[in-house]
Amino acid sequence: MKITLREAVRQTLAEEMRRDSRVFVLGEDVAAYGGTLQVTAGLFDEFGPDRVFDTPLSEVVITGAAIGSAMMGMRPVLEIMFADFIPLAFDQILNNAAKMCYAYDGEMSVPMVLRAPFGGGMRSGMHHCQNLEAMFAHVPGIKVVMPTTPEDAKGLLLAAIRDPNPVIYLEHKMLYGARGEVPDGDHVTPIGKAAIRREGRDLTIVACGALVGKALQAAKELEKTGVEAEVVDLRTISPLDKDTILDSVIKTSRLLVAHEACKTGGIGAEIAAIVAEHAIDALDAPIERVAAPDCPVPFSASLEDAFLPQPAQIVAQAKRMLGRRFA
Amino acid sequence: MEHLDTRDLLKLYEWMLLSRITEERMTDYHKHTPLPELPHAGIGQEAIAAGTVLDLRIDDQILPSLRTRGAFIFKGISSRTMMAGAFAKVTGAARGKNTSHHMGDPKVGVVAGSGVVAAHLPIAVGVALAAKLQKKDYVAVAYFGDGGSNRGDVHESMNMAAVMKLGVVFVCENNGYSISTPLDVHCAVRDIAVRAQGYGMPGVVVDGNDVLAVLAAAREAYARARAGEGPTLIECKTYRWLGHSERDPRDLRPAEEIAAWREKCPIKRLRDHLLSNGLADEATLDDIRAGVAAEVDDAIVFAEQSPLPPPEEAALHVYAEPRTDR
Repeated sequence: MKITLREAVRQTLAEEMRRDSRVFVLGEDVAAYGGTLQVTAGLFDEFGPDRVFDTPLSEVVITGAAIGSAMMGMRPVLEIMFADFIPLAFDQILNNAAKMCYAYDGEMSVPMVLRAPFGGGMRSGMHHCQNLEAMFAHVPGIKVVMPTTPEDAKGLLLAAIRDPNPVIYLEHKMLYGARGEVPDGDHVTPIGKAAIRREGRDLTIVACGALVGKALQAAKELEKTGVEAEVVDLRTISPLDKDTILDSVIKTSRLLVAHEACKTGGIGAEIAAIVAEHAIDALDAPIERVAAPDCPVPFSASLEDAFLPQPAQIVAQAKRMLGRRFA
Repeated sequence: MEHLDTRDLLKLYEWMLLSRITEERMTDYHKHTPLPELPHAGIGQEAIAAGTVLDLRIDDQILPSLRTRGAFIFKGISSRTMMAGAFAKVTGAARGKNTSHHMGDPKVGVVAGSGVVAAHLPIAVGVALAAKLQKKDYVAVAYFGDGGSNRGDVHESMNMAAVMKLGVVFVCENNGYSISTPLDVHCAVRDIAVRAQGYGMPGVVVDGNDVLAVLAAAREAYARARAGEGPTLIECKTYRWLGHSERDPRDLRPAEEIAAWREKCPIKRLRDHLLSNGLADEATLDDIRAGVAAEVDDAIVFAEQSPLPPPEEAALHVYAEPRTDR
């Protein structure tokens, strides 16, 4: 039976809470209210106030509370209402969560999950729609994952909860309604492993979040012109799956990176650097990036649509990279 | 005070001396051979750590500030480890990866701190939250200064601990200065403890140089915390005899103010109490001092003779490996 990504997150939380009594859910309005985007709806009814509870509107201390309780053997799953609010707690993530293992020379770990919705498309404006994954990927000591299918929403959430390290689990708001089959039982998607969503020989499109679906749409368009694009879904932003990226680029000789985050300093820059370091000789065209412009996410629909990278841009960029064939 | 026999009093005396002599030796050493870890001595403030740690169990967790030197040692971290940490040796904190005054050790209930002042208070809330969820009664004791008291982390932590009735004991080491900025410049109230009322928890002011007063306040706070009645803010009025650190460009504090506080030495105060009440004689107390001095001397030799961490370990243990025992 197909379920939505939102439902997959909720079901997986419930399954893991039934399996492991150390797992609990905390956050602002996550209990009886079910979360502002209804991801935790129903958990409170099943698990009660000791396992699912509301916190004060205090991003710093709720993040610190997740860290401290994880250090004492619990398995907190913290919801930050929107990824745009994570920077409020960034000191706790950067200087505490990410550094505890190192500060104890491996004698301590912080097995926590920080879930947060992110991304544009809901006309919610500049403080509710950002793609901040590259900021978190710059921090050694934390992991960052970004599921794009219900199956991976389950698999990556199980992996994140069971990982001994702090994991930031990012849920694209426009993907909450995405439907797909979700395997029953203990289905874990390894952190650090990308997925090839479509095979192709002419060009590699490495994408994440909402851009995976858009890249697949673009690949369909390109197919009409005889171009076979390979689409790699990163799934994990940190640590990056270098092997899958490099293997694909060596096969296709062309790399296009597509993400919804602003271009400058985005994860695409890191991917381009990895390919330039390890596979530049395999390239038949310059590396290209399709990304949002370096500006805040605008509010009005006409502006936001112009801001968000669209399949047509990927198609156009891909055609330019395969220029000789279209000359 | 109930349940306080002479042995406990002598332990407090020994602890405060250990803290004092450790920091005196560190700062003296630093004058001729700069230590990798810049000393931020809490000399003059020893009664706070001693009075708050005495009643703690091994499973209770302390979250010291960088100036709560004694708390680390009293809770169970050895003088050798502390000193080797200050020397940045492989035998010190996290094999040289961390400083001694931010180190943690899960075996003795010391939680690693942060170079960001008061950023460990939210962690203390998490420690106490875990105790509540695990239905255990260990407490989290978080130390911070009057400077740190102004950070938003403190506000959020006190509110959440109070509303969830978590077993956090907030210990404010109010030495009157945020580095060089005096209390009346950085804070509109004279007693930090009055803020507790705004969070719905008890706030008490104690003479931070009176170890027995600190102990009494801590005892009451721990009883509340263990009973699930929530947090307490204990404000300990004290003074640091030395500058903010051994790299202070200048000390703007009035010389007569420093001199007056030196007269209120917490160690001398307990010594006088022990002698005047006939609880110990001079010889006993001198023997304790000699033993403590020997321990610190040994720690320095140990630190000097320990090797530096091997460079190839620099990027080890950034991530934890999966394990089953945590």
